[in-house]
Amino acid sequence: MENDKNILEVRNLKINFNTYAGTVKAIRDVSFDLRKGETLAIVGESGSGKTVTTRSIMGLNSPNAVIDGGTIMFKNQDLLKKTRKQMDEIRGNDIAEIFQDPMTSLDPTMKIGKQIAEPLIIHKGMKREKAYAQALEMMKLVGIENAEQRINNYPHQFSGGMRQRIVIAIALVNYPEILIADEPTTALDVTIQAQILDLMKELQAKINTSIIFITHDLGVVAGMADRVAVMYAGKIVEYGTVDEIFYNPKHPYTWGLLNSMPTMDTTGTELPSIPGTPPDLLDPPKGDAFAARNKYALEIDTKQEPPFFKVSDTHYAATWLLDPRAPKMTPPEQIIERQKHYAKLTHKTIDQHKDTHVEEQEEQL
Amino acid sequence: MVKYLGKRIFYIILTLFIVSTITFFLMKFMPGTPLTNQAKLTPGQIHQIYKQYGLDKPVWQQYLVYLAGVVHGNFGISFQFSNQAVSYLIGSRIGPSLIIGGQGMILGVLVGLVLGSLGAVKANTWIDTTSTIVSILLVSIPSFVLAVLLQYYLGLKLKWFPIADWGGFMYTVLPTLALAASPLAETARFMRTEMVDVLSSDYIELAKAKGLGKVGIIYHHALRNSLIPIITIIGPLTVNIMTGSMVVENIFSVPGIGEQFVKSVLTNDYPTIMGLTIVYCAMLCVVLLITDILYGLIDPRIRLSGNSN
Repeated sequence: MENDKNILEVRNLKINFNTYAGTVKAIRDVSFDLRKGETLAIVGESGSGKTVTTRSIMGLNSPNAVIDGGTIMFKNQDLLKKTRKQMDEIRGNDIAEIFQDPMTSLDPTMKIGKQIAEPLIIHKGMKREKAYAQALEMMKLVGIENAEQRINNYPHQFSGGMRQRIVIAIALVNYPEILIADEPTTALDVTIQAQILDLMKELQAKINTSIIFITHDLGVVAGMADRVAVMYAGKIVEYGTVDEIFYNPKHPYTWGLLNSMPTMDTTGTELPSIPGTPPDLLDPPKGDAFAARNKYALEIDTKQEPPFFKVSDTHYAATWLLDPRAPKMTPPEQIIERQKHYAKLTHKTIDQHKDTHVEEQEEQL
Repeated sequence: MVKYLGKRIFYIILTLFIVSTITFFLMKFMPGTPLTNQAKLTPGQIHQIYKQYGLDKPVWQQYLVYLAGVVHGNFGISFQFSNQAVSYLIGSRIGPSLIIGGQGMILGVLVGLVLGSLGAVKANTWIDTTSTIVSILLVSIPSFVLAVLLQYYLGLKLKWFPIADWGGFMYTVLPTLALAASPLAETARFMRTEMVDVLSSDYIELAKAKGLGKVGIIYHHALRNSLIPIITIIGPLTVNIMTGSMVVENIFSVPGIGEQFVKSVLTNDYPTIMGLTIVYCAMLCVVLLITDILYGLIDPRIRLSGNSN
């Protein structure tokens, strides 16, 4: 596609895990692009393969992971072909990562100043004093007060939110081109969550980094992401801009995810959930992996895997419901509400072409 | 820190007092007397000796007299080596024991740390297996068996080291090896478990994400964090060395307090047993105090409030 703007291109990635029980097909043909300066959110249930995907980009999958095919192109180089030593040079320099739990991701016996300065010393070959000075700047940038004193503190002397700020400082100290954030706010309470997300957006604008944001919290996605990829059972099932995914979702799994997210308009006593559990990836089902849990499933879903159908230039979904031959299905009520909202959105902002496209969609529904 | 040390030293003195009291009465409850096996002595002579050492007085009086002596650093006169003060006996014999005990401890812990770390870093390879087998062997073979094996192979067959006796560094090698076995095995086992645990922790993952190489990760992050629980076992290891030394010193004829202790127990030499018990107890207390200070040095989370902000 638009090659100049893409900083990372993942193509047909397949990853298996060898376990005693057999081969787990954790990633089954995943492709996506990451553009310069954008935030791409990858959402999905636990075990859908979000983390394994990003671990492969970092080259940090566990030893029993086997790459079964595909490429991860970064600066015209395939990261999957690099040796561990070569990846060491990229990690923490060009690609950095923020982890889920700030309470455990800092070394408890090392002063935080040293922990922040470490990537500078490793990659830029900086002298101690210079690296510490820059670490101090970074601490101020992520909003740690009294940075001059606190640079000599240990992690246990900071709160969870402050620790996540430190983890962000460590990740961004080398101004990486790609930042992978693996559920960076899941372990924090809600008010701190909002602060951390604001900080990430602010810093992203400042240092112009691209973010891959992994989460299962769609509420976070709405405020954070430019584009969203929905993963299910080791595959991306739908991707598009954040508005397209939130207000014009096409895949029944995305419908389910959106419906199980409480909103201001949620009424009634019970929050809907997606029935059943994700399939066993030791032996992935034939056809659409979501079929067994999908009340909109067609007969073909159990036989043949759906290809991606184009919804718009930026929006694709892998569901047979988009096939012209498919019977007309009415999505759940809440989704129709969302689509009405989307229609308003697009009328206001988007050009004629898209408008007609949406009307087509609505006619179809 | 000074306040903390003062408090700890007070508790050490309290411990020593309780231990000496318990030992004193336990010894009085033991069957037999220092003169049990002296058939040639007449009852009159025995009575005279009892009077000379104060053994004819009621037990509580003997206790008070003894306690008063201990406070002044006087542990009494040994029964077996007539007219030698116990404090002098211990003073002249503690050197060899400290040398082989200290050497054994340092050698055991250092080699154990290396072996355990290797096992963890190369987990599930032949290096790991070897390290595990070595530690299982060393922890299962009793020190007296190992001592005899060392004497036979390294002393008698290869003639590398003297089999027994005392005099210079070469004489300390075999007893040191025999003593080092148990702390080596224990440390290696603990270190492997700890290191495997630490290497799978989130902050090691973050260190990898920083682009730190394998050696850097182990040296900068894993080692220090794995050491924290190892400090805990230094106390028990010291006890191992102490009890081990009683047997090992006898086998290698080391003129140390371990050998002395065994002899004293066999002859009901009350003052020497008491004196040595207090010395052993004091040594253990000091080791425990040192380990607690080491904790603070290695782990900032348990550093005393006066030491950090």
